[in-house]
Amino acid sequence: MACIEARGLRRVFGKTVALDGVDLSVGEGRILGLIGPNGAGKSTALNAILGLTQYQGDLKVLGRDPWTQRDALMRDVCFIADVAVLPRWMRVWQALDYVAGVHPRFDRQRAEGFLARTDIKRTSKVRELSKGMVTQLHLALVMAIDARLLVLDEPTLGLDILYRKQFYDTLLNDYFDHSRTIIVTTHQVEEIEHILTDLAFIDHGRIVLNGSMEDLAARYFEVMVNPDQIETARAFKPIKERQVFGRSIMLFDHLSREQVAPLGEVHTPSIADLFVAVIGGQQGARQGASA
Amino acid sequence: MSSPSETAPMTAFEAPALPAPRANATRPLYWSVRRELWEHRAVFIAPLVAAAVVLFGLLISAIRLGHHLTNLPRFDPAQDGGALALPFDFAALPVMATGLIVAVFYCLGALHNERRDRSILFWKSLPVSDLTAVLAKAIIPLVVLPLVTIVIVCALHLFMLLIGTATLIAHGLDPAPFWTEVPWLRVEMTLLYLLVSFSLWYAPIYGWLLLVSAWARRAPFLWAVLPPLALCLLERIAFDTSNLGELLSYRLHGGFSEAFDVSDVHAGHASMHLPTMDPAQYLSSPGLWIGLVFAAGFLAAAVWMRRYREPT
Repeated sequence: MACIEARGLRRVFGKTVALDGVDLSVGEGRILGLIGPNGAGKSTALNAILGLTQYQGDLKVLGRDPWTQRDALMRDVCFIADVAVLPRWMRVWQALDYVAGVHPRFDRQRAEGFLARTDIKRTSKVRELSKGMVTQLHLALVMAIDARLLVLDEPTLGLDILYRKQFYDTLLNDYFDHSRTIIVTTHQVEEIEHILTDLAFIDHGRIVLNGSMEDLAARYFEVMVNPDQIETARAFKPIKERQVFGRSIMLFDHLSREQVAPLGEVHTPSIADLFVAVIGGQQGARQGASA
Repeated sequence: MSSPSETAPMTAFEAPALPAPRANATRPLYWSVRRELWEHRAVFIAPLVAAAVVLFGLLISAIRLGHHLTNLPRFDPAQDGGALALPFDFAALPVMATGLIVAVFYCLGALHNERRDRSILFWKSLPVSDLTAVLAKAIIPLVVLPLVTIVIVCALHLFMLLIGTATLIAHGLDPAPFWTEVPWLRVEMTLLYLLVSFSLWYAPIYGWLLLVSAWARRAPFLWAVLPPLALCLLERIAFDTSNLGELLSYRLHGGFSEAFDVSDVHAGHASMHLPTMDPAQYLSSPGLWIGLVFAAGFLAAAVWMRRYREPT
């Protein structure tokens, strides 16, 4: 069963089109990275999935309409908006008591177990914790909830690299199994690259690229082109060409491995390079057209 | 004699085909009220501080009063009881007024602060409906604060009784009439009635404040107060009438005269300065019921605002 099924999702604020016909299908047990520039519609898309905003078009999350059936849906869905949203006055034991008191799927002992691995004291207030510790606390709460969909909107914003790495390692080792689905948005794409199973690029309210990591690895090739092959390579119309240490690196779409292999050294492009090629290229074209 | 072959099919039959999904019993409204009290400790502390100030003042006054008592042949509550009992309902007033002020500021912040610090995204990540969340917030001024106030007032009166008794004994007077002739039970019942009738009377005000709190982007206090005043002024200038102003003033001051029989206060024979309760008049007052309808409307609008407003 698809965990999320969106067809023609639209959301307009005044004159701003935040979502302009989003089609997205996320299967159960996938980890989807939703990547896009600022203002591309990421947060609006997530808000629609979480039943926080109204929308036009069809959207089903775990078979439910997130806007009209939000209260029932939230038993199966968790989200971390970002590290700043835990109430600052709250003490750690209060957070545990409260979530245990309102969430039917919260396993308090599990949360206590996660917290025991950290330096967080039960009597501390959230405002007394460092940003990294607040994230650990939020993650401990969320991972103790037996949810089917976890939505992470910039969960590691403003954290140092140790906490960021720990965040994703914990998530992958202690939480993820193949019955759960995770959606994550972040600007630090290189850090989530190895954990994703699926990738979607969103730009100007539209999904411009969507597929499993395997599909994308079979579709896009990055070639460090041999100097004598440059003209041949350019004839294949790379979607992006850049220079590194005097060598041309070209990104090809819809070519077979056999076609690109003679041109030079072939790699799977990183998400960041793919992002720059797919979205940066469009933005460059638009800027060029408007200039 | 039962053999394993007989019991085995039984257990196989009883064993569930699938483990039932684990689910804790939850009480969202109860825990939502508790979390409000964790966040807003002023609900307890402010009335307690007011009571402590009153008590401290009375302690000093009791020491000063002691000098007058030494000159009395015996303590007569019929004459002196008024003087000693008078502080009892007056002592309750600062505590009640503090409770009201706390209620007003609580309501103004209740749905505004969670948006300002974005913690609303945390609250909304849990399976607690907007209706439950707003109801929990309405319960604080409507139920919790009156309860807290009456408990503190009762405790305050008990302390005052002890101080009064100690003062009388210290000056060689018999404290018994002080305990028997002052109508303690009636004092506390009247105050409880006053608190309940006032909190229902003010329900539309709390509802309005909660609605403004859910709606205003900033300065909820100004948004709650200035528009009604501006409308009053507009009516005054445009039509030279003050219907709206009278309506608001009736809402602010009218509760007392609806809940109590005020005729004997003016007649000047109010025993022990206690007004007479008049629940029949209060419950049949259209002002009460119209107010409650408005309160329900404001609360429904606040729930709607919390639901529909885009989190930013």
